[in-house]
Amino acid sequence: MALLEVSDLRTEFTGKNGTVAAVDGVSFTVSRGEALGLVGESGCGKSVTALSLLRLLPASARIAGGSIRLDGRDLLALGEREIRRIRGREVAMIFQDPMTSLNPIMPVGRQIAELLECKLHLSRRRARLRVIELLEMVGIPSPTTRVDAFAHQLSGGMRQRIVIAMALSCQPKLIIADEPTTALDVTIQAQILSLLRALASDLGTALILITHDLGVVAGMTQRIHVMYGGRIVEKATTQELFANPRMPYTWGLLRSLPRLDHPRADRLTPIDGAPPDLADGAAGCRFEPRCGHRQEICGASEPGLVSAPRHTIAEDGHEVRCWATQPDGWLADATTTAGQP
Amino acid sequence: MTQTSAHATPHSSAATPAPQPPLIEVTDLQVHFPVRAGILFDHQVAAVRAVDGLSFSLHRGEVLGLVGESGCGKSTTGRAVARLERPTAGSIRLDGTDISRLRGTELRRVRRRVQMIFQDPFASLNPRMTIGQLVGEPLGVHRLVAKDERPVRVAELLRTVGLDPASVSRYPHEFSGGQRQRIGIARALAVEPEVIVADEPISALDVSIQAQVVNLLADLRAAYGLAFLFIAHDLAVVRHVSDRVAVMYLGKIVELADRDDLYAHALHPYTQALLSAVPVPDPVVEQHREQIILHGDVPSPMSPPSGCRFRTRCWKAQEVCAEVEPPLVELATRHWTACHFPDVT
Repeated sequence: MALLEVSDLRTEFTGKNGTVAAVDGVSFTVSRGEALGLVGESGCGKSVTALSLLRLLPASARIAGGSIRLDGRDLLALGEREIRRIRGREVAMIFQDPMTSLNPIMPVGRQIAELLECKLHLSRRRARLRVIELLEMVGIPSPTTRVDAFAHQLSGGMRQRIVIAMALSCQPKLIIADEPTTALDVTIQAQILSLLRALASDLGTALILITHDLGVVAGMTQRIHVMYGGRIVEKATTQELFANPRMPYTWGLLRSLPRLDHPRADRLTPIDGAPPDLADGAAGCRFEPRCGHRQEICGASEPGLVSAPRHTIAEDGHEVRCWATQPDGWLADATTTAGQP
Repeated sequence: MTQTSAHATPHSSAATPAPQPPLIEVTDLQVHFPVRAGILFDHQVAAVRAVDGLSFSLHRGEVLGLVGESGCGKSTTGRAVARLERPTAGSIRLDGTDISRLRGTELRRVRRRVQMIFQDPFASLNPRMTIGQLVGEPLGVHRLVAKDERPVRVAELLRTVGLDPASVSRYPHEFSGGQRQRIGIARALAVEPEVIVADEPISALDVSIQAQVVNLLADLRAAYGLAFLFIAHDLAVVRHVSDRVAVMYLGKIVELADRDDLYAHALHPYTQALLSAVPVPDPVVEQHREQIILHGDVPSPMSPPSGCRFRTRCWKAQEVCAEVEPPLVELATRHWTACHFPDVT
């Protein structure tokens, strides 16, 4: 049984212009110890998906449908008190900006200790010792003094290490990291990613890594789901997604990045247009207005997420939401090279 | 491999005599921000040495990339070149005239020639002005186009940056991030500048939109012969847009070279570490590549380390690095680096 099973999740936001589904029919699973990447641009619903998992949504949002099962228990059926027991202890979260996720007027060590006292019922003294161990584990120099430091006295990279220590403190089964390195410099990002990778594999923690950066997920995850306009549009193993992407949106994302490991091109190939406004509620494929391969059907009705046609290197479980590249589509035989000039 | 004398500066390379003087010539630029304390006896207690002795040049039509991590002084350098910041010391010559001390009318004349594009298109446009007013404003400030002819020019500018001229009466909030950045670019273009300082112009944009704006900047450069000082932290984007690249660390340039040379043969350990830190969107490459992971953080620019500023994080550091600051020298043709132990083979 998978550790986490999300099926048909729908999260709606209600504003003065009506109701918008930021996450619309999202289903996925995460196995024990596995790292899954959720990739997409702003507004694609990746962060709302993460917040929905722990029911940390703002007041204007509500989960309108679907189920979220952790170890078989339906998290949506739990009461406020019970979901609180899950947060931090079984599923922990790492947010993008460590400055806003730490309390500015409480020493960082105390913030982690508080969690240990409250969730694991450690005594104050034992909690402090454990915090120092945790700080050491995430590579904070001189942890015995840093335990009493305030967030503002630490650099961005150090703060994110503190947040990681906090996430690990109760030995959760799953960590959700939402853009954990986006606010950091590249050399610090490299430090934090290698730390996360080492810790997750040492401790056997499952990881959902949410990011817009395909480079970050490439080296960190076993599987990747690409999101667009509130939906998952492509699911594949990490190897397969980069070797044989099937969705024109994924092609576009991969093509529009200048890459240091490729020779320099004279011109980039952008995706035309802008990400969709979810309030418009188009009938067809959400990527259709920006897609270079569209045909009449694309605007008329939305494709389902179906298994991609098997190619020589195709592996099991590669799914795509696209009329063109699904098994009987007009680009069903398009190989990566045809899709990516 | 010959070392040129330490007196040469990165813009007077003996190997390739410049056919014409550079458009912008920055020499020993320093920008320090005072840290003050005391109420009754208000006095300066320290200085943040954001930019601490930079020299570089920018030629007509050239794109110079300026990369480095946050706090390295790249934005302050850009703001000083656009004279939004007054340099503490050093000179900035525009066509031979020092603009570092100008004020008033003379400064305004410089602004016509040097324009700026900012990072955050949400913060850099006045939300209460229409697109027409925003793009038309510089035309009025610099008295370039008579009032009744302005709408025609504004429409032309909007078309140039790929916006619909019919949207002149709309407000910034009605546009997406990418479109707002285009408005900022149209505003910069309005005065027909020779140099554009672009400070992280695409880092606030979505991945799929970034390439659109990069291509637009390339088109504008080709069409108007613009020179760019392109400031960014994304090394792949900088490689794509730049002719030459300068790498900054704690207020200093540590390496400056032609683009292909810098990316293929980085000599400075910091440049090598920066390049190796960029994650590659290819799982096969990611699995097998050797990564240099730097330890520690960037030290405070209020009290930079003695000698070489990178020595506290450098795996090659020796005693001499703490004692003597390595000068920026030309180690290969047009390839300047400031390191005691550069990676020359």
